[in-house]
Amino acid sequence: MTGPAILCRGLSVELGGNRILDGVDLEVAAGEWLCVVGPNGAGKSTLLRVIAGLVRGAGALELLGRSAAGLSRRQRAQRIALVPQSPLVPPGVSVADYVLLGRTPHIRSLAVEGPADLAAVHDALAYLDLLDLAARVVTTLSGGERQRVLIARALAQEAPILLLDEPTTALDVGHQQQVLELVDRLRRDHGLTVVSTMHDLILAGQYAERLALLNAGRVVVEGAGADVLTEANLARYYGARVRIVHDAGIPVVLPVRDVPRTTISAEPRGPAGPSWKP
Amino acid sequence: MAIEAGVAAPSPARLHVARLSPWWLGAGVLAAVAAALAGLMLGPVGIPPLAVVRELVGLESGLTTAEAAILREIRLPRAILGLLVGATLSVSGAAYQGVFRNPLADPYLLGAAAGAGLGVTITIIGTAASAPTPVSAPIAAFAGALGAVALTYALGAAGGSRLSTGSLILAGVAVTSFLTAVQTYAQQRSQDTIRQVYSWILGRLSTSGWHEVLLLLPYAIVTMVVVIAYRRVLDVLAVGDDEAATLGIDARRSRLVVVVAASLGTAAAVSVSGLIGFVGIIVPHTLRLLAGGSHRVILPLSILFGAAFLALADLLARMLSSPAEIPIGVVTAFFGAPFFVLVLRAARRRGAL
Repeated sequence: MTGPAILCRGLSVELGGNRILDGVDLEVAAGEWLCVVGPNGAGKSTLLRVIAGLVRGAGALELLGRSAAGLSRRQRAQRIALVPQSPLVPPGVSVADYVLLGRTPHIRSLAVEGPADLAAVHDALAYLDLLDLAARVVTTLSGGERQRVLIARALAQEAPILLLDEPTTALDVGHQQQVLELVDRLRRDHGLTVVSTMHDLILAGQYAERLALLNAGRVVVEGAGADVLTEANLARYYGARVRIVHDAGIPVVLPVRDVPRTTISAEPRGPAGPSWKP
Repeated sequence: MAIEAGVAAPSPARLHVARLSPWWLGAGVLAAVAAALAGLMLGPVGIPPLAVVRELVGLESGLTTAEAAILREIRLPRAILGLLVGATLSVSGAAYQGVFRNPLADPYLLGAAAGAGLGVTITIIGTAASAPTPVSAPIAAFAGALGAVALTYALGAAGGSRLSTGSLILAGVAVTSFLTAVQTYAQQRSQDTIRQVYSWILGRLSTSGWHEVLLLLPYAIVTMVVVIAYRRVLDVLAVGDDEAATLGIDARRSRLVVVVAASLGTAAAVSVSGLIGFVGIIVPHTLRLLAGGSHRVILPLSILFGAAFLALADLLARMLSSPAEIPIGVVTAFFGAPFFVLVLRAARRRGAL
């Protein structure tokens, strides 16, 4: 594939009179994993939503070399799959039925699925090791299994671009790694372009090939993890006090406290516990 | 992107996806046929089932001319009307519950009942007190029902550029209250017509030949065809408007199409049968609990079991205090309300509410 998978030029979004995105320029190469980071309210989710076509924005957006404005909803859904941060999972729906929803952009509007769609669902379930859970009801699954089911739905959608909004937020560290490894394998096996938002800067630095730091609706720093995750940037945009240590060349963000811990409980406690004498 | 997963696991054909099983389809057809047959057989003049079948297919039935006339000109149109009204109301209810993602939605959610009630009240008041219910009543009910739904949509859209299900439901509540207030006021102003208005509001399936059936039939067919055509889209809408959009579905347009189709059928049903409550809630919910949550299962079965339920309710309405008739709305609510409580309890246990 030639040219970038996603190209944003001066992308702006206003919601309720507030400028959420303010002239975002961004290029995501085909097959790349870009992670959008930034403080709360920087516009990360809105950036994903405008790329997915859920909110309207001003400026230019090209997807796989075509202007997004010229794409129908359905054509767009064939190019982009979005895994939302907190999806609405209807009660009583089985894993297989839920993953089948991913085939929607490939099924004619009032028709029902054919054998090719079922085969795609089957392959997505197999790839994510979910075949044993196919008949289970999605709402009864654990957080990690559920996230895999969501990714399976996106995989069944067979879109070359995968958008992930905070894919690891509700997961423990083990499942965070499992899900991100899965996304990385998916990206390499299927040549997917991945754009994710992520709060965890350590994981963002470890998995994404490139980071874009968003602040107040603008991309303020962009580049490799080591260039974006610096003490100066995090102090300036997050208001955070951190130390960056490097582990095998990958920056690890370490929050630090100005106040030494010992000053808080300066009085050593006796064996009977704290005493509250005036 | 091609998925190359070389696995020798269960074949795609054995994936567990929601489909209407032939068993349920057969049970639905059987229920509708049995309920209609019971309605044809039973009454002040009993007709044996075999004679009913023979008469209907044109064989020698051994019925007297009077019996044959009762069967063909009184009971048959009424049974067919019961089937049609029940099918239309319950499939419309299932469709409303789907597009609004709200288990309490019924076909009257957007004001169709209040609008029809007002239309009929005005028509009845407009004619002489002693006169029978005017022939224009069904037209007034139909226009009132559709007008109320249109008003609700307009109000819901005025609330903001994003036409959410929440603002639509609230607009429906406002329109219903307003039209009911107007209707109550009009009714109080001319108390001599209260009986007539009241009997209409409680719902009844009285027929004069095939007139009502022919009136309802085209709308019922349009409603069923459109709603069934959207069965898979309704399943997609269950994940919310935003996610449906990322899957390539225009939630707002789909909702509009389904609501218009369901409202058209509801208005037509209300215009010939009055306000029959609970059918649009009981039938789809029972099916949801028994046969599964997919609209691909619920919608076709709602047609069949809704038809059966109302045909049976009409039979009870005719038989329970024969020769007088109980209003059919009383029958459906009497059996429907307690049942509805059970459905709610079951839904809460399942965590669906």
